[in-house]
Amino acid sequence: MTPLFSVRDLRKTYGGRIGCTDVSFDLYPGEVMGIVGESGSGKSTLLNCLAGHLAPDAGQVMYDTRHNGMVDTLRMAEPERRMLGRTDWAFVHQNARDGLRMSVSAGGNVGERLMAVGARHYGQIRAAATDWLERVEIDAGRIDDRPSAFSGGMQQRLQIARNLVTGPRLVFMDEPTGGLDVSVQARLLDLLRGLVRDMGLSAIIVTHDLAVVRLLADRLMVMKGGHVVESGLTDQVLDDPQHGYTQLLVSSVLQA
Amino acid sequence: MYVAVKGGERAIDNAHAWLAEERRGPSDIAELSIAQIRHQLALAVNRVMAEGSLYDPDLAALAIKQARGDLIEAIFLIRAYRTTLPRIGHSHPIDTGAMACDRRISATFKDLPGGQVLGPTFDYTHRLLDFKLMAEGQAPADADADADAAAASTQTASPTPAPATMPRVSAFLNRDGLIQDEAPSAATPPDMTRQPMEYPADRPLRLQALTRGDEGFVLGMAYSTQRGYGRNHPFVGELRIGTVVVEMDIPELGFCVEIGEITLTECETVNQFTGSKTEPAQFTRGYGLVFGQTERKAISMALVDRALRWEELGEDNMGAPAQDAEFVLSHADNIQATGFLEHIKLPHYVDFQSELELVRKLRAEASTPFSEAAE
Amino acid sequence: MTQDTRSNFAYLDEQTKRMIRRALLKAMAIPGYQVPFASREMPMPYGWGTGGVQVSAACLTPDDTLKVIDQGADDTTNAVSIRKFFETTAGVATTERTAAASIIQTRHRIPEEPLKAGQILVYQVPIPEPLRFLEPRETETRKMHALQDYGLMHVKLYEDIARHGNIATSYAYPVKVQGRYVMDPSPIPKFDNPKLRMAAIQLFGAGREQRIYAIPPFSDVVSLDFDDHPFEPSKANHACTLCGAEHTYLDEVIVDDAGGRMFVCSDTDYCATRQAAGTASPQTAPSQPHEAQP
Repeated sequence: MTPLFSVRDLRKTYGGRIGCTDVSFDLYPGEVMGIVGESGSGKSTLLNCLAGHLAPDAGQVMYDTRHNGMVDTLRMAEPERRMLGRTDWAFVHQNARDGLRMSVSAGGNVGERLMAVGARHYGQIRAAATDWLERVEIDAGRIDDRPSAFSGGMQQRLQIARNLVTGPRLVFMDEPTGGLDVSVQARLLDLLRGLVRDMGLSAIIVTHDLAVVRLLADRLMVMKGGHVVESGLTDQVLDDPQHGYTQLLVSSVLQA
Repeated sequence: MYVAVKGGERAIDNAHAWLAEERRGPSDIAELSIAQIRHQLALAVNRVMAEGSLYDPDLAALAIKQARGDLIEAIFLIRAYRTTLPRIGHSHPIDTGAMACDRRISATFKDLPGGQVLGPTFDYTHRLLDFKLMAEGQAPADADADADAAAASTQTASPTPAPATMPRVSAFLNRDGLIQDEAPSAATPPDMTRQPMEYPADRPLRLQALTRGDEGFVLGMAYSTQRGYGRNHPFVGELRIGTVVVEMDIPELGFCVEIGEITLTECETVNQFTGSKTEPAQFTRGYGLVFGQTERKAISMALVDRALRWEELGEDNMGAPAQDAEFVLSHADNIQATGFLEHIKLPHYVDFQSELELVRKLRAEASTPFSEAAE
Repeated sequence: MTQDTRSNFAYLDEQTKRMIRRALLKAMAIPGYQVPFASREMPMPYGWGTGGVQVSAACLTPDDTLKVIDQGADDTTNAVSIRKFFETTAGVATTERTAAASIIQTRHRIPEEPLKAGQILVYQVPIPEPLRFLEPRETETRKMHALQDYGLMHVKLYEDIARHGNIATSYAYPVKVQGRYVMDPSPIPKFDNPKLRMAAIQLFGAGREQRIYAIPPFSDVVSLDFDDHPFEPSKANHACTLCGAEHTYLDEVIVDDAGGRMFVCSDTDYCATRQAAGTASPQTAPSQPHEAQP
């Protein structure tokens, strides 16, 4: 089976400082990979390089496109990359405000990607938006409200709906539960797990929270100082960490 | 029976006739001469030259007279005139280091070679209306008082020293590597009056836009940086005002010729230093250059110039208006601004009619939500 | 009127006209695309038609006949002023008759009488960028046009319907030209949008914003809408009091201080022609203060 997403020797430096280096992996359809590490480990830099938000200094980021097979997205023309970002790919920001239009209604936020790829029937767009609001457990009656009137958790769920409405195949998530309180986090994780499973999504999730990867990720990469120090199946890595840093990470999680 | 409004042409002609009367004012009052405006309202003339982008004090004075003292209207006249002038060539870059300074001060050092020369400045005047000025056309009443005044002025406003003895403040700081170098460039600067504005705009284009920008707008932007909207800790390293020569190559002659002298105001600010563990700390710069004695504008320009350099200096974008090049440069030109602002006086009744119909329709639909008659 | 010979024909120097014509050619080659041009300072203020004047000046030849209208009328003050400007600087013949003009400079209206091949319609444009009020940054809107990324425009229309039940744009209604560029047709009422498909050349000049764009004859021009909320070129539900026309755009005139009003054709030449030809069926009584229309 061909991987959906294939990364080779990715490197990004800032002057003399390493952002991330020597990153290689394959991601298969339906797989969820977690990237964990403390802040400053390079995980956000890596995610941004993978998603096309940052230009890496070296390496390849190959994606299995619908029509042209495996393509190195770093060498794609901008219009194609933007189109990819609107259809096959999605990016869930840590701060929902970065991934939403705060002055546009919830319905407009969800409908935008549909309209950007040619949807022209108001009723159908609205119906799709309503459907998605319900799927992310937002009361459909709030379809005309602005996200500025939503709670943090609702904004995050709206961001997810906005991203998933065009049926992407690969979702990047940057600390999706960051900044939310614990009960809201649990609900959100449950929702994400259900959606990922139902839609057969592949996902790359960056987080410092091991509980998130335990629940969502099939595989795991542990980063420290820009390097991947350990990788493998989530349960294996967390239950039997090999690298000293991973052991530290696992042991420092407060036991419930 | 309704008859459509007509007579626009006659209305305009009558309006212009009345305007001409108002401009002249009562005929028993002496008419202003161009020479009076040029010499006695010199600072207004300076502003019109600077923002009109045309160095010609007599034309600027004429524009002020024709515009009844409305300086932006005068600037408009100069700009429209400038458009019609053919381009013969361009001068050599002006050497402000060779300026014959009437005024030269530095806030960064107490004393310096060439001294602090106050020049003809309002700075230390007490802003009390001088009612003696209301008596026109009289010879100075008290000759002795004037002689004292002259003596006092020579102590601080010394006769213009030779330019060689007025080295730049930035040169001292530069000798010790304390201030960032301005990289010299032989590239031809863009001409924003000959090509459309494009963003991002490089520094030469930004400076060009600022020097002809509205003084009030640039002042407000500069002020905002001092109040925390993108603060950059400015010191006036040097402010110099005086005359410089303008030279250009004449191809037919095969050598360089001095074509005239102009008065300029130049302001160099010393700003917030940068640096890191690996790069040594250095002061940074802002620059202002304006036609005539136009201090407020030159200093404002230097502050805004520095604010707009945040990106090349690796600073954070604080989101301050003065850091947003597109915002500052799009709104600095007062001729564009006043044109568009005042155009709302023009008839807009066709579009207003559309809006009226739309609002009526929406209100009707809102009040009859289930009505079939809505179609 | 003979030309004032102190200035060049039609005021602008030949180099400037050449520069504008190059921009016009580029604009015609890419329908609906905003071509940057080095707009000159003109003797009338920015915002008062300098873009249209520069385009007209670049197109005029001594044999042309010029018509200038503002709000559809030949004798509104700014139309008078611009017409006089060209009479003085170009010495061209001028006319109020749409059919007799070879170049028509207009502000905010398209003439009612269909234009023919060989005529040029020059529009005065205040804000050329249709996305400007959704995205203030030029750097961003330029990218959106280049990448055909017009989702934001449709979001705006969606929001209008969600809030008002209708698209809430009544003038300067955005259109898509030749299936590629989204364009602002200048602040014409949406009633005029269907006329944008015409036999004449249409040129758009924005002086202050320094942009020129064009629609070649018979181009495909579609007003943006939704399939289930189609575009409606609506107008006031009245006939012209002077000539009886029911198919023209109307000005609403207040006739007394009891709120009495009447409706007359905005296109003064069209109305006068109808009246002169005796095809008029004028109504005598002004209508009562406006009631809510169904």
